[in-house]
Amino acid sequence: MNNNNRHLISILLENEAGALSRVANLFSARGYNIESLTVAPTDDPTLSRLTLVTSGNEQVIEQIVKQLNKLIDVVKLIDLSETDAIERELMLIKTKANGEQRAEMKRLSDIFGGRILDVTDATYTIELTGDGEKLDNFLRAVERDAILEVVRSGATGIARGQKALHI
Amino acid sequence: MELITGAEILVRCLKEEGVEYLFGYPGGAVLHIYDALYVQEDVKHILVRHEQAALHAADGYSRACGKPGVALVTSGPGLTNAVTGIANAYMDSVPLVVFSGQVPTALIGNDAFQEVDAVGITRPCVKHNFLVRDIKNLAETIKKAFFIATTGRPGPVLIDLPKDVTIAKAEYHYPKKVKLRSYNPTIKGHAGQIRKAVDMILSAKRPIMYTGGGVILSDGSPELVELTQLLGYPITNTLMGLGAYPATDKQFIGMLGMHGTYEANMAMHDCDVLIAIGARFDDRVTGKIEKFCPHARIVHVDIDPSSISKNVQVDIPIVGSVPNVLRAMISVIRDEKLKPDTEALGKWWRQIDEWRGIKSLSYRQSNEIIKPQFVIQKLYEVTQGQAIITSDVGQHQMWAAQYYHFDRPRQWINSGGLGTMGFGLPAAMGAKFAFPDQDVACVTGDGSIQMMLQELATMKQYNTPVKIVNLNNGYLGMVRQWQEFFYQKRYCMTYFESLPDFVMLAEAYGHVGMRIDKPRDVEGALREAFAMKDRTVFLDFITDQTENVFPMIPSGGGQNEMLLAERDEMVSTHDEGMVLL
Ligand SMILES: Cc1cc2nc3c(=O)[nH]c(=O)nc-3n(C[C@H](O)[C@H](O)[C@H](O)COP(=O)(O)OP(=O)(O)OC[C@H]3O[C@@H](n4cnc5c(N)ncnc54)[C@H](O)[C@@H]3O)c2cc1C
Ligand SMILES: Cc1ncc(C[n+]2csc(CCOP(=O)(O)OP(=O)(O)O)c2C)c(N)n1
Ligand SMILES: [Mg+2]
Repeated sequence: MNNNNRHLISILLENEAGALSRVANLFSARGYNIESLTVAPTDDPTLSRLTLVTSGNEQVIEQIVKQLNKLIDVVKLIDLSETDAIERELMLIKTKANGEQRAEMKRLSDIFGGRILDVTDATYTIELTGDGEKLDNFLRAVERDAILEVVRSGATGIARGQKALHI
Repeated sequence: MELITGAEILVRCLKEEGVEYLFGYPGGAVLHIYDALYVQEDVKHILVRHEQAALHAADGYSRACGKPGVALVTSGPGLTNAVTGIANAYMDSVPLVVFSGQVPTALIGNDAFQEVDAVGITRPCVKHNFLVRDIKNLAETIKKAFFIATTGRPGPVLIDLPKDVTIAKAEYHYPKKVKLRSYNPTIKGHAGQIRKAVDMILSAKRPIMYTGGGVILSDGSPELVELTQLLGYPITNTLMGLGAYPATDKQFIGMLGMHGTYEANMAMHDCDVLIAIGARFDDRVTGKIEKFCPHARIVHVDIDPSSISKNVQVDIPIVGSVPNVLRAMISVIRDEKLKPDTEALGKWWRQIDEWRGIKSLSYRQSNEIIKPQFVIQKLYEVTQGQAIITSDVGQHQMWAAQYYHFDRPRQWINSGGLGTMGFGLPAAMGAKFAFPDQDVACVTGDGSIQMMLQELATMKQYNTPVKIVNLNNGYLGMVRQWQEFFYQKRYCMTYFESLPDFVMLAEAYGHVGMRIDKPRDVEGALREAFAMKDRTVFLDFITDQTENVFPMIPSGGGQNEMLLAERDEMVSTHDEGMVLL
């Protein structure tokens, strides 16, 4: 039994000043794990969408979900790990691209479905989307000292099929 | 169309909410509000002497009468002083609405004079908080605050008011109702779960009802009494739940937990079905989680889903409000003429009576020196069990809980979750505002009383006569007890080498002071004090300095691992005549 599972939780939050800090505060005050957190406006201007990745055993996750629901600013949430869901994260990565490296880097990017957004005679800036694991794999595939900078957006997600988180 | 200031809107909203008393303390940021208070008489402002006391008084008021308590403090130090009181109410789920002044919106974030981030500082210890930036939202925010504070699991709500918002003008409109799309507490329990719970409850051979503060907060005592008596099951209360079930009834087996009775803790340990109602499995109750109720299947009724299966996994969770859920359970039992297993129950009661026979609340009486337990017993007798008792935090609090038998809810007011020394006196004042015609006593200690002593002046000003029962042991007794047991009597910083003359001090504030140091004078002094209906009396009882609170489950122990007072020296407290004088 794997008891420290990774969970992707997606939240509709009142678009109010301080709402984000309430969520962040909850995690630090109660000592819950937080791996990544993203937040952005939605099509409804009164709501933001917050996605976070956390981990813990079943009991901890149950408490996290209950505590989140208890926050007045949390309108609705879904634990995407409990359903069939799509997870995506955006990564921007700047790599060295000199000599032989140049062709190799381009090839790697193509294999992973990346796009080269910016080119200089010594570097590439690549955009890559996928789930966290795919991005990790890409980073592993690239030679360590070829990496100049990595920017990851944190995971977001959406349920597959008819299921939708809305109010 | 009439335009009025934010300050006037605030006062009108309070009136509309039926707020009788506003406990507060002025300052620059709230001057406009004080000006609006000046010209009206509906909302009575009580001027405390420290903002923490404003919060505790509002809290005591609310616990006594069930209505939300309301407080007003200024920005900066006014707010920071109030934080302890807010946290205290949060831990014990007391409905409060707190207004704090704030620097003008244009200065927020500028390190302006007396600026603190009130919303940030209080965020972890409020049910919710608001910063009102636009006067147009003021009335609605106040409505929301009262709604949130008083519904679901109650708690404190803070509204931070920048000064310019209190000065700006707007049309007044107080909404009759508010709806919050993201907040909708479940009141009614799930019928299927209730049905399953009833079956489990009636299948029990060794049942116990474990009930807490939620019964009192929800005014669910009548339903609890009815259900418990219908079943004939033993019942124990948490420190916060005392009074929800009459302590003098034979089915009541005392408080449970660290300083609970032997019978309550043993019955918990051996039970096969645990019926938890409005209680949150606090660590002072469970002891070591691994050893908690090892044989029990558990039903848990609570309005807050996050209280359920937080510390202890339960078998049948029911989210809902106590009176609703219990009424539903009672109907199922009555309608279907269901009966508990009386044979098993008879056996169980015989076992419990055996544990009762241990008389775990016995203590050694003395002719020479006043035993603190004895003072509480006399307090109980002299007030005929009818007084509202508030308490501070320490040994005296435990003795008050153990030896004053509370027969009705809201009679016992103490700080359980945060354990705030200094709570007792302002809370007593608040309770007295709620019930001016009832006797109110504050059981306190020489340490605790010094934390909010200045409120003696407030009590003089508003004539709220309270009897202060100071169990003066010269020590921070509860801490000293732990040092005795767990730190080989290294009494570091728990002895007061200097204490004020409390009698003179009481007199200096315009009250009556009495010092009592002989056991034979205890009862007479109490009678004399309670006869002075319109005076606050400070009774300074010089008590045994080394008395300890028993029974006790040392931290980390199981419920069946209680320390009892040294048995061979024990004298029963319940057998008349054994109390020597
Ligand atoms: C020195 C000291 C010693 C202590 N020793 C002990 C001890 O020996 N024994 C002991 O019991 N405590 C003791 N305490 C107190 C302890 O710390 C806790 O405060 C207490 O046990 C909690 O009581 P409770 O479980 O009733 O919960 P409360 O804090 O009263 O919580 C109420 C529960 O009821 C729920 N609720 C609220 N409204 C409703 C509603 N409408 N319907 C349903 N549920 C509702 C809430 O969600 C919550 O879960 C001690 C405290 C101090 C300071
Ligand atoms: C504000 C605060 N500070 C410290 C404590 C820790 N503490 C708990 S009980 C206690 C001693 C209380 O002494 P006293 O009021 O004299 O009561 P006694 O135990 O002697 O009856 C202390 C210091 C606390 N609960 N609250
Ligand atoms: Mg003391």
